[in-house]
Amino acid sequence: MSARIEEAAAIGSVATPSAAVAAWHAEQGRRRMAVLVGRILVGIAIITIWEYASGRWIEPLFISSPSRVGTRLWRWTVTGQLWNHLSITLYATAIGFAIGSSVGFVFGILFGRFKTIADVFDPYITAIYSIPKIALAPLFIIWFGIGIESKVAVSASIVFFVVFLNTYAGTRDVNQLYVHSTRIMGGSELDILRYVVVPSAASWVITGLKVSVPYALVGTVIGEFMSANRGIGFVIAQATGLFDTTSVFAGLVTLGVVGAIINVALKHVEIRLLRWKG
Amino acid sequence: MGISVRGVEKRYVSRGKETSALQHVDLEIASGEFVAFVGPSGCGKSTLLNMIAGIVPASTGQILHDGRIVADANRNVGYMTQGDSVLPWYTVARNVDLPLKIQNVGADERKRRVADWLGRVGLLGFEASYPAELSGGMRKRVALAQVLVYDPSTLLMDEPFGALDAQLKLLMQAELLKIWETTRKTVVFVTHDLAEAVTLANRVVVFSGRPGRIKLVEDIPLAYPRDPFRVRFRPEFEAIYARLWDALAPEIAKGEAI
Ligand SMILES: Nc1ncnc2c1ncn2[C@@H]1O[C@H](COP(=O)(O)OP(=O)(O)OP(=O)(O)O)[C@@H](O)[C@H]1O
Ligand SMILES: [Mg+2]
Repeated sequence: MSARIEEAAAIGSVATPSAAVAAWHAEQGRRRMAVLVGRILVGIAIITIWEYASGRWIEPLFISSPSRVGTRLWRWTVTGQLWNHLSITLYATAIGFAIGSSVGFVFGILFGRFKTIADVFDPYITAIYSIPKIALAPLFIIWFGIGIESKVAVSASIVFFVVFLNTYAGTRDVNQLYVHSTRIMGGSELDILRYVVVPSAASWVITGLKVSVPYALVGTVIGEFMSANRGIGFVIAQATGLFDTTSVFAGLVTLGVVGAIINVALKHVEIRLLRWKG
Repeated sequence: MGISVRGVEKRYVSRGKETSALQHVDLEIASGEFVAFVGPSGCGKSTLLNMIAGIVPASTGQILHDGRIVADANRNVGYMTQGDSVLPWYTVARNVDLPLKIQNVGADERKRRVADWLGRVGLLGFEASYPAELSGGMRKRVALAQVLVYDPSTLLMDEPFGALDAQLKLLMQAELLKIWETTRKTVVFVTHDLAEAVTLANRVVVFSGRPGRIKLVEDIPLAYPRDPFRVRFRPEFEAIYARLWDALAPEIAKGEAI
């Protein structure tokens, strides 16, 4: 009798988890599917309401309509206009991002490793950080002209702070036990940087990079708003001046889609690089 | 040669408060010795090991290792710390490989030695796992392989087998004894398991309760090679164990009373 009970318990303890795991997987799958369907439905609903409202409830001058925006985007695409403007925006964003993040990374590591220097500069950094970088855009245009350089400067200055502050925090967060044991096994300062400090700070740095890519795009577009002769920001600003809401929306949709694509890509990079967190 | 601890004291200052962790320690460890430290929790065993490793400065006195004063990180020891020092962002194999890579050992040699040591600590098949995916005892074994793989002449080990089950502990003790008997490295081994200390060491140092002081140093006259599975059944073992226990027990009791 008791043997049978134990046997049943033994079977139960093996069989139940696998059934539970299967149920869990099925549940997760159902949930993902429901979310996907929900997303598509919401998208369709927004476009339908927008299309219906345009011309019936609200003047098309104010909100244009999905069909008009779609047509406009298609025309821009075939004439090559879209790429002409988008490429310059992406280019400025990428350069601004590259400069801002590499300078931010280097300074973050330096400040993180030398606490006294960091303490001396701390109030000034906080002060500069508190200034909205958008307020610097006019200054950058005076310094660097209306060409691509001023847009790069705006996005680089935004990216710099996000990456700098995250790298700094990550570097301060390094477990000293790892530093000591690596040093004892013969590691030089460079080895410690490579094998301990940088990987340890990586999750902070990656978070910083992830947050700052959309900021870099915003920085570039703001620069283009203020003065430019090319770029998506320029297209939007010019269309606004002409009350061409269709083009304004087409520009905004383009920015939204680009931003979403970049975010998905970054998420994948993050998952790959932080696999060890398990 | 060996390790020479001369009039060392340690006081920690934290948040404006001073606590004495270790009171005047004098100790000579000849090279090739296997010395075990036992003592109640908090008596400063890890502190002393950290000072020999050069990652914590002594408040008074000095420590010499192979004739040189230990002033900063001591690169002539291998140190298996009490805390988890395995790097969580590298796989098991990369962690074990790290000291070899740092010391510019050739790639083929590195591969061979890493595989050899992972086998000896029973971690074959876990090369590509990350530490977060292992149990506490498995992480300890990674740390053990990491410190043995580069063959340092002096080993500092802080409760290396504390997280292992009784069987595995005996296997690891046997492995360590085999290494020591063939290479005669200097080993300083901290444990709270008195039987382990007697099984392995040729000399056991008993510390008093906090703040620590050396209470008793005892030679262990059990001939090597020793078999950790059987040595505890030798009649001399019991007598030695009892003598050490008589010194240790009141210290532990004092700790409990506080
Ligand atoms: N960084 C520190 N700052 C302040 N006090 C410390 C510090 N490290 C250790 N101590 C104190 O020093 C004393 C000795 O600590 P230590 O870690 O050396 O003990 P231990 O003998 O290794 O104990 P256990 O067997 O529990 O590992 C303890 O009382 C502890 O509170
Ligand atoms: Mg300890």
